[in-house]
Amino acid sequence: MLKTDYRDNVLTAYIDGEIDHDAAARLRTTIDGAAQSLKPRLLCLDFGSVRFMDSSGVGLVMGRYRQMKLIGGRLRVVNVPDSIYRIFAMSGLESLGVLR
Amino acid sequence: MKIINEMKLSFPSKSCNEAFARAAVTAFVMNLDPTVEELSDLKTAVSEAVTNCIVHGYRHGSGTIFITAKITEANKVTVKIRDKGCGIENVNQAMQPLFTTAPEEERAGLGFAVMQSFCDSVKVSSKPQKGTTVTLEKYIAV
Repeated sequence: MLKTDYRDNVLTAYIDGEIDHDAAARLRTTIDGAAQSLKPRLLCLDFGSVRFMDSSGVGLVMGRYRQMKLIGGRLRVVNVPDSIYRIFAMSGLESLGVLR
Repeated sequence: MKIINEMKLSFPSKSCNEAFARAAVTAFVMNLDPTVEELSDLKTAVSEAVTNCIVHGYRHGSGTIFITAKITEANKVTVKIRDKGCGIENVNQAMQPLFTTAPEEERAGLGFAVMQSFCDSVKVSSKPQKGTTVTLEKYIAV
């Protein structure tokens, strides 16, 4: 469901499968745990292997955005499939400038 | 209106059942030969409604979630998602995009907005302390 990679001050979380309220809670714990201990300059959430997402994914991204601000880092969200981009577009998340 | 097919489900309000509920509803409509997008829309809307039952309806404990789905003429799919939880005091306010009563759980307040965007019709009826029923309607192109 989640693989992480840390190099050059960048923590990348490769999210796999379905993001709903149930999965988001587990993803949040794992990603925050890694970010708290590594204190990366950039947290990169890679959505390339996400097959399904409901609005829980928006909460996941917004929450990580706030977490990274708290530790003085930035967030980037990459490889968002078209099918789930619609939900990000509805959320106003685009205005945060984290989506690539 | 003539009912072509129908089904009923009930399951406990455990978050691990969110995936089961949306998969069951999408499996039910498969013989209408929906497009990938139609299926994804319905799956997402059901996921939002079931999550609302768990996060909001039964926020003070656990309970049972009831789903009925039917297919009627013109490939119309109607899905009712019902809980017997705490209900919604102000349905209009709850349906406003970005309104949430659970920010600490990182809820974005987009559940109803997503349902409305991905379905042809969304109706909500709710009574405080009695529960909430969300009725989703979606036409699958013939």
